[in-house]
Amino acid sequence: MKLAYWMYAGPAHIGTLRVASSFKNVHAVMHAPLGDDYFNVMRSMLERERDFTPVTASVVDRHVLARGSQEKVINNITRKDEEQRPDLIVPTPTCTSSILQEDLQNFVDRASISSTSDVILADVNHYRVNELQAADRTLEQIVCHYLIEARKQGTLSRFVTDAPSANTTGIFTLGFHHQHDCRELKRLLQSLGILVNQIIPEGGSLGDLKDLPRAWFNIVPYREAGLMTAILLEKEFGMPYVSTTPMGILDIADFIKQIGEYVNAWAPVLLGTTVDFEPYVGNQTKFVSQAAWFSKSIDCQNLGGKNAVVFGDATHAASITKILAKEMGIRVSRSGTYCKHDSQWFHEQVQGLCDEILITEDHTEVGNAIARIEPSAIFGTQMERHIGKRIDIPCGVISSPVHIQNFPLGYRPFLGYEGTNQIADSVYNSFNLGMEDHLLDVSGGHDTKEVTTKSLSNGKDLDWTPESQLESSRIPGFVRGKIKRNTEIFAKQNNISKITIDVMYAAKERLGS
Amino acid sequence: MQTINVTNFECETGNYHTFCPISCVAWLYQKIEDSFFLVVGTKTCGYFLQNALGVMIFAEPRYAMAELEEGDISAQLNDQEELKKICLRIKRDRKPSVIIWIGTCTTEIIKMDLEGIAPRLEKDLGVPIVVARANGLDYAFTQGEDTVLAATAHRCPKRQMSKQQCGEDVVNTVNGLEPNESKSDLSNSKIRGSNNHYLVLFGSLPSNVASQLNLELKRQSIDVSGWLPSQRYTELPSLGEGVYVCGVNPFLSRTATTLMRRKKCRLIGAPFPIGPDGTRAWIEKICSAFGIEPCGLQEREKKIWESLKNHLEIVKGKSVFFMGDNLLEISIARFLIRCGMVVYEIGIPYMDKRYQAAELLFLKSTCETMNVPMPRIVEKPDNYNQIQRMHELEPDLAITGMAHANPLEARGIDTKWSVEFTFAQIHGFTNAKDVLELVTRPLKRNFKLGSLKQNVLLRQKANH
Repeated sequence: MKLAYWMYAGPAHIGTLRVASSFKNVHAVMHAPLGDDYFNVMRSMLERERDFTPVTASVVDRHVLARGSQEKVINNITRKDEEQRPDLIVPTPTCTSSILQEDLQNFVDRASISSTSDVILADVNHYRVNELQAADRTLEQIVCHYLIEARKQGTLSRFVTDAPSANTTGIFTLGFHHQHDCRELKRLLQSLGILVNQIIPEGGSLGDLKDLPRAWFNIVPYREAGLMTAILLEKEFGMPYVSTTPMGILDIADFIKQIGEYVNAWAPVLLGTTVDFEPYVGNQTKFVSQAAWFSKSIDCQNLGGKNAVVFGDATHAASITKILAKEMGIRVSRSGTYCKHDSQWFHEQVQGLCDEILITEDHTEVGNAIARIEPSAIFGTQMERHIGKRIDIPCGVISSPVHIQNFPLGYRPFLGYEGTNQIADSVYNSFNLGMEDHLLDVSGGHDTKEVTTKSLSNGKDLDWTPESQLESSRIPGFVRGKIKRNTEIFAKQNNISKITIDVMYAAKERLGS
Repeated sequence: MQTINVTNFECETGNYHTFCPISCVAWLYQKIEDSFFLVVGTKTCGYFLQNALGVMIFAEPRYAMAELEEGDISAQLNDQEELKKICLRIKRDRKPSVIIWIGTCTTEIIKMDLEGIAPRLEKDLGVPIVVARANGLDYAFTQGEDTVLAATAHRCPKRQMSKQQCGEDVVNTVNGLEPNESKSDLSNSKIRGSNNHYLVLFGSLPSNVASQLNLELKRQSIDVSGWLPSQRYTELPSLGEGVYVCGVNPFLSRTATTLMRRKKCRLIGAPFPIGPDGTRAWIEKICSAFGIEPCGLQEREKKIWESLKNHLEIVKGKSVFFMGDNLLEISIARFLIRCGMVVYEIGIPYMDKRYQAAELLFLKSTCETMNVPMPRIVEKPDNYNQIQRMHELEPDLAITGMAHANPLEARGIDTKWSVEFTFAQIHGFTNAKDVLELVTRPLKRNFKLGSLKQNVLLRQKANH
């Protein structure tokens, strides 16, 4: 047993649901008690989805405990099949079904006899893997299933496309800025003259999966999910993959260089020529991305003396650490991730770029480290943002877990050349800089608070009884001032000089809160 | 208690969206200031709590997870030792007056004997430990509070009244663990010595809403002797034979049962004080239990209705569909019908026809007064079927959970998020307006968006 207030990565079934609901026309059926379908709320709220989240629960209740699910899971699968005709139904185990140890695979086998949809049981164990690992595994599982099917039916397409093309694996729902990153990646590939063969799972269609091997190579933009699929495709079809995250000018250049190598493996045969992306990279770095020039400009000189703490998932924390250290000259005092399962890779990535490495899932440990170091800025998750708020250190949010504000409507990629601009802005805005910084030093800080904050209550002739004062102190802070003012206005209008609790409520009834 | 015969009851499959009952810690830890809530469950529970409660988690909450790991599930670790370690840490760091363990689905399935472990640890720790099984196997959303209050009721000090003394205020506290409250209780009863009744209200309300209701009853010269829960655990009201109790929320049937059967209290079965009509009926029922003639209530209700006039114009004649997820549905539907709305369907997770009897009768009579048909009441609804029905009925407003709100909006049905009714102040005369504010918000916004909505925002009605 572990005392926990908060966690960075969610339970396994969330990962499965994220992948399943990202594909087109795939429905997930959770084997879970009432109330475990909170995923639907998150998707509907955070992503502001217009469609019903294709996730239902086969509810585990007392009867199920007593007698087992029996026909219930099967009935729920066939019912979904009839109602919505999905291409695939993914029965999803949760922590509850992990301990019930029912033979879900047996239910699945029986259900798939009667339903027109395919049925695949998600192979995830609540107690062994977290959200991200589960997502990685589920994606691999689905892809693998359809490739085997296609091979059986002889529809598997193994001829590579005429023009260079790529698959992108690991863009999916509730991912940190995934939608924007996806658009930016497409744009990047397009300007390199590379076709997008498929993007999975987001918006991907199961019928198309058989064409995955037609791409010349695969792209895995994020470390957390998609890698297993790329490795599977490499093993089965010898497709190479690029797993460098194109975040930050240096890594984008590396990313494009690798792409160039893979393209040139086929290009002499299929295109009759080779490609050279180097001029493109130079051009983009100089003119499209402002980030390189920005860090050179005098505006940014003061960044040199600052230090920062970075924390997040492995991909984003590593990339941001590299950007801060190598591209902006900021000292990274502590760089860390909550992806414990991937700590070795993380070590390799940030070795030598930061003073210390922090691998933990405990947010208080991160908070204590930040408080000890007192960096000028933090780059982390929403949790680090709140830690920063409490000790008055600015924070840029660079990774999940996130709030609704991290699903912006505007175009905010982290990847690609436009991504470098966004990151530069975010980093720059997180520090107190330039003149403001100097002036704060010189004058010993802002002291405008007292002048600008007006006293909320100006009714000197009004007498609040001790009870009503106590009562008003119980009103939540953000409306207290307004209610106090309304009460006093009401009292004056009615020639009341003594404000009792009665008067307070009479005022509320009359004027509203 | 009586049961009632209303014909329009139905029961569906129970495939509906609601919050897990462990969410009750969100409001209860704030209500009971010296408590600490420990949810004994898995990452799934924790993930729900941290996402559902949003920013509250960052304010050093007085609740936490005892997260079960594989070793706990396979009984390689000793439950009592593990819980002891955790509770010692909580005691050291937070010094609570009570630790409330919330049992979850997992503790049910692995049959962790929380009720058995608690008394032993309580002795070791010197901190009271209350066990409430608020799990998704048995309960929905607000019923979590019900399980916590029912468990807490057992900790209320005993109030003994002999038959002759019944009616006089003699307090005889017999309880070892909470020495404080016998004192405060004595002093309280001295002040209120003149009254010949002892009334305890149950249901967790924000303290200012509670004092509003206290005040309403005081106007009828009824003193409220205590609340379950109280603001602090150490101030729990004393209970016993001859104590009158009355609920303020429709989802407290277990608590009501516990108070009657185990604590021998007398339950006043009344409609719930939601809306001015409900508040008046609630007060009247309490008055009648004490043989008091209510005074000035009619005028007070009338005045409140007048102040609601602007809102009533907006809602009049509009139709509502409750998908059902928090058990407040009957009371709110009754109030909205009285406001002139038409209710097509009242979905509700669980319907206790005995505890809600007075409210159901009131709903029936309200329908007769307003001359509208009695809505169908669907227990354990099926969300998928409900959405099909909604497509046919095209209600003006759907009161629904967040999982369906955005998709319904995209299909041209205005929605109000039902959870807001749980967290807003909706009880008593004073807050009647707040209920209508919630209901009218989507309707008003709709009006403001006007042509934009019609032309641009609506997508084709999908076949879903």
